[in-house]
Amino acid sequence: MATRISRIELAKRVAADIPEGAYVNLGIGAPTLVADHLPEGRQIVLHTENGMLGMGAAPDAAHVDPDLINAGKQAVTANPGAAYFHHADSFGMMRGGHLDFCVLGAFEVSQAGDLANWSTGEPGAIPAIGGAMDLAIGAKQVCVMTDLLTKDGRSKLVAECDYPLTGTHCVTRVYTDHAVFDVTPDGFAVVERFGDTTHAELEQLTGLRLVDRTAG
Amino acid sequence: MIDKVVEDIDAAIADIGDGATVMIGGFGRAGQPVDLIDALIRQGATDLTIVNNNAGNGDVGLARLIQLGRVRKIMCSFPRQSDSWHFDEKYRAGQIELELVPQGNLAERIRAAGAGIGAFYTPTGVGTQIADGKESRTIDGREYILEYPIRADFALIQAFRGDRLGNLVYRETARNFGPIMASAATATIVQVDEIVEVGGIDPEAVVTPGIFVDRVVPVGYRPWLDADGAFIGGVDVNGEPVPAAGAEKGGEA
Repeated sequence: MATRISRIELAKRVAADIPEGAYVNLGIGAPTLVADHLPEGRQIVLHTENGMLGMGAAPDAAHVDPDLINAGKQAVTANPGAAYFHHADSFGMMRGGHLDFCVLGAFEVSQAGDLANWSTGEPGAIPAIGGAMDLAIGAKQVCVMTDLLTKDGRSKLVAECDYPLTGTHCVTRVYTDHAVFDVTPDGFAVVERFGDTTHAELEQLTGLRLVDRTAG
Repeated sequence: MIDKVVEDIDAAIADIGDGATVMIGGFGRAGQPVDLIDALIRQGATDLTIVNNNAGNGDVGLARLIQLGRVRKIMCSFPRQSDSWHFDEKYRAGQIELELVPQGNLAERIRAAGAGIGAFYTPTGVGTQIADGKESRTIDGREYILEYPIRADFALIQAFRGDRLGNLVYRETARNFGPIMASAATATIVQVDEIVEVGGIDPEAVVTPGIFVDRVVPVGYRPWLDADGAFIGGVDVNGEPVPAAGAEKGGEA
């Protein structure tokens, strides 16, 4: 049986890849956890698209300030050296290619690096895009952090996305609870497997032929 | 003498007519012009087109305006929320029109209107449903889609302090859509916590210059600030009062 790592372990794994000096946007949901596990000793500046660079940790209850929130509308703090700006500037930072790294959630990621994460396309479903399309095409490196399988056991890594797209050819790396995958011209390449998970198990879970690029 | 201060909030929004397009600032509770929205609810204008990032939360503010059937169309990026039930109901019943706009395109379309830009090419949305029916063009090897400005008859925004010339400063992430919406509407109406003397805002620190502002309405400091505008807290992230936190822990962290 393939080994899975926890959300927290996965957040730590993603955080370990964020380099010193990077400007980083963490998407709503699980990617937000990465903020709590940034490696000690690296200066990493977090961007929140509602209008701040230098976002800090959550405040204690006595210091919750409704004017100081992240894109998920949770209370945050401002680190020394933080800056506030309006929405057009904030999205200019993304679209203009100034952000180094972003981490997004996903419904599906295709072998070509297409991302679907905003709509299941079901009739009657209320859609919501927010900043996802801007982030998907804007950051220099767009990573996805997600469980490999949906709750009903389907692989989120797919040959082609069925759900409405957020962006095309934008994802470079996918961090999952079973393994880390790179998007390559040859399809998904496994760069790291967690625990006892084998290459064959990953191919079985995803139903895809995977390239093995693990170090060991 | 230029004096854009309007003390009576109902008078300040009295000319918003049926069928108007109204931009409403704010992202979550931050920057939401709650007093102006309440005045608009009292005022009665209907058949409105609303431009906002969301489609209302809970039972108050924009959500109440939607519940009352006063909104014909909404242009926003993120209508689906755990507490967007009034929008959800109207949308599923086909009683409200939705134009879903990626957040950065929403911001840039508003900015473009204020800056006199006729239209612009953006990479956001290329290859997605958002691009359907839109002109596209390849520039320097990258594909872009054409997006048009969003103008409004009125903008309702919240700032922190203003003067009678309409110069504004904001507070933290409550700035969000304020500066760009102020530039994109025929009439920009701003609720501020406090009016200061002309010269009381450092010219280096003015965020929205008064040329973009038509009316400034003082409403008093927001509940999590004291009479001098200093942070005292005592609220949750939605601005609702909470029992004195830290009473057992001794306050300051």
